[in-house]
Amino acid sequence: MVGISACGLYLPRYRLKRETLFQAMGWFNPGIKGMARGEKAIANYDEDSLTMAVAAGRDSFTDMDRAKIDALYLASTTLPYKERGNAAILNEALNLSSDVRTSEYSGPLKAGTSALISALNEAGSQTTLVCATDCRIGKPGGNQEALCGDGAAAIIIGNERIIATFEGHYSLSYDFPDHRRIEGDKFNRSWEERWVREEGYSKTIMEVFHSILRKYGLHLQDIAKVVYPPLSARDHGEMAKSLGLKPEQIQSSLIEEMGHTGCAHPFIMLIGALEEAKIGDKILTISYGGGGDALLFQVTEEIRELKNRSKLKNQLSQKEELKGYEKYLSFRDVLPKEIGIRGEEIAPTSLSLHWRERKSILGLFGFKCKACGTPQFPQERICINPDCGAIDQMEDYPFSDKKGKLFTYTGDNLTFSEDPPALYGIVDFEGGGRYWFDITDCPLETLKVGQAVEMTFRRKYRDRARSLYGYFWKAMPLRE
Amino acid sequence: MAEGIKNKVAIIGMGCTKFGELWDRSAESLMVEAFEEAITDAGIEKKDIDAAWFSSCFVENNVGKSAIPLAAALKLPFLPGTRTENFCASGTEAVRAACYAVASGACDIALALGVEKLKDIGYGGLPDFSQLRGIYNRLIYPNMTAPGMFAMMATKYFDRYGLSPEEGKRTLAKISAKSHSNGARNPRAHLQREVSIETILNAPMVAWPLGLYDCCGVTDGSAAAIIVRADRAKEFRTDPIYVKALQIAVSPEEEFRYQKWDGTHVETTVRAAVRAYQEAGIKNPREEISLMEVHDCFSITELVIYEDLLISPRGRAKEDVDSGFYHLDGSLPSNSDGGLKSFGHPIGASGLRMIYEIYKQVQGKCGERQIKNARIGLSHNLGGFPANCVIGITIWGNEL
Repeated sequence: MVGISACGLYLPRYRLKRETLFQAMGWFNPGIKGMARGEKAIANYDEDSLTMAVAAGRDSFTDMDRAKIDALYLASTTLPYKERGNAAILNEALNLSSDVRTSEYSGPLKAGTSALISALNEAGSQTTLVCATDCRIGKPGGNQEALCGDGAAAIIIGNERIIATFEGHYSLSYDFPDHRRIEGDKFNRSWEERWVREEGYSKTIMEVFHSILRKYGLHLQDIAKVVYPPLSARDHGEMAKSLGLKPEQIQSSLIEEMGHTGCAHPFIMLIGALEEAKIGDKILTISYGGGGDALLFQVTEEIRELKNRSKLKNQLSQKEELKGYEKYLSFRDVLPKEIGIRGEEIAPTSLSLHWRERKSILGLFGFKCKACGTPQFPQERICINPDCGAIDQMEDYPFSDKKGKLFTYTGDNLTFSEDPPALYGIVDFEGGGRYWFDITDCPLETLKVGQAVEMTFRRKYRDRARSLYGYFWKAMPLRE
Repeated sequence: MAEGIKNKVAIIGMGCTKFGELWDRSAESLMVEAFEEAITDAGIEKKDIDAAWFSSCFVENNVGKSAIPLAAALKLPFLPGTRTENFCASGTEAVRAACYAVASGACDIALALGVEKLKDIGYGGLPDFSQLRGIYNRLIYPNMTAPGMFAMMATKYFDRYGLSPEEGKRTLAKISAKSHSNGARNPRAHLQREVSIETILNAPMVAWPLGLYDCCGVTDGSAAAIIVRADRAKEFRTDPIYVKALQIAVSPEEEFRYQKWDGTHVETTVRAAVRAYQEAGIKNPREEISLMEVHDCFSITELVIYEDLLISPRGRAKEDVDSGFYHLDGSLPSNSDGGLKSFGHPIGASGLRMIYEIYKQVQGKCGERQIKNARIGLSHNLGGFPANCVIGITIWGNEL
């Protein structure tokens, strides 16, 4: 028996109301009024598809010991590096072993389910963490801008503790060029929407849906829930009619809650379906983009053992509105700002140093002194405890999952920040260890000495002159 | 404990330029001015100098590394020369090195000179730290500035002692108002005007809870000292000042890496102060010190220094602030020249500027801001941040 062992997901904290988009750009494109409903999840200025994948991956460890993971697949159309192991960075940040086999899936939006199928086909002999993530941006005033949301999900595929068994799949590959980006493109280009909807979205989903039912001798009524991505809110509803689904068979598209999260979207919808599924339910998950995949799962009794079966519900409710369209554009690097000479100063990154210290930088590993037991960051040879001072008595100690208390903090208006004031403070970790970190995902006014914080992997800087993204960990208020 | 430096050397001449945003002055020009004043004051000539120590810190890209910028500016004739750098405490380091050399007998007359030319950077505040803290630290330190790092101490201090932000900020504002009041009486100060408490409280926020007037000026300037053996000092002038203590302490960074430091004091100051009082033979600093020049880079820094120098009781500096204990006419005037806040903070020169004020006060030459019966002066120079810094403390007296 192979299938899904655990799930995790990540939605960024901010939401942008589509009404805000319409108010800003409706003068230019009145046509977006029809989409001006609900909101979309948007990444903070220090997030990208890779940092969100890290958060989703970590979220899946509630139900799986990370030491059991043999392979790590990362699927996205918006990975930060074209050449350099995005999945290797993910692997380090997730504190996985360096002998985990990493692989990346990209290109069409079905890349997420492609990765999932690969993992499922190999699940007899290995446990694979599949992370799907996207952070796509549409041009200001366009439909894509209203549609796309940011988010990530992680599904662990294996052969033990299966919460949903894999019953089979059907895949189609078409060069249906509805969207495209090439080298240097920030935004998607697309062909006429009516054509995309009628010739692409509707026909492809229909074909893959009927094909998998036929392949496995199933009928519509055998399926408890059908997961398929939206094109828009209305198209998702129309599609249900075409497929002949009853209302209870339709998995909510989440378009009005978070937008279309690209490769991650079928994953997040599937997690939503699993949260409400009954034992024995068959769930059909369909992706669309460059053809489409259909995957059939059946829920097992093991689902009762999940530590948290309301991750999606929780994350949908933990949100804050990002007010201001200009701030959104700025966060996504669409709006050039006057950042001043201080903001333009970026010191070079030493990559040999980065390699040497990668466990600390990407994995937030410190040391624990074997002589006195003091956890400490970063990794240095002499114990920081003034009453100890032992030399070379250190063992690796991961801080990324440790909670802490905010020892003190400030909000700095002098330093350059994409979202001033820059928040930072000193964190005292539970179990020992103290260090100073940037703080993110909260306003200054909410911070308090002694408040509970947790660590989050973020993009610390972007060095355009040298084509580098610098990643490190920040503190943020403890998410419930 | 070692025998120490007490009474071994003396300062016989000092110079200090006007501090400020000196757009029309180069570092070279400032160095020449401070040097000229110092040797004229000492009654010596350039050829009498045996060795030189040069302090500069942040603007080495403008001024240049090494002691060469000093030797080149002053045209020192192939003298021994060394640059000292210890962040904002660099100026005290130049004095310390010169004093040690003279005390050892390696040279008879030594020059210590500090300079900083901050206003050629192109933006306000100190140069961005991203280039200055080591490449590994840059990747893992927060996106910090000096105001933010000191602001964190204010946050913690307010929290620990139950001060609301309003109460805390009002206490700090009194310190800044005092500095401005003193600076207004100093023709060489960067900022020479009185500022009201309300203006201070209503100023724009720089790093919460510190506003604009909680932060010192970013300034150009230079200062210099001529140092000789104590037993020869009277050959040059009747009113030299004699060294009583020179202490430096450097943080091993346990403050922010180990859960012990309380975040409401600067441990490095306490360590340096205890050693300095011991070296100087001072038992009760609150009574024995006549004046002090302390590193008020931020108002919170000065508040905490009062306690760390063991003058105000722990957690109760506010009472001394409220009572005017540290005012010009108080029992122990602090920063009679306006301090970093109003005199300004040209990093490499600040440690020397503090000693310059002590020197002039002890000699009774401070006019409107003259402190009565100024005999023993203490300078406190901080380089770095509360949680990891260098502290230089010097004590000087008018008698052997």
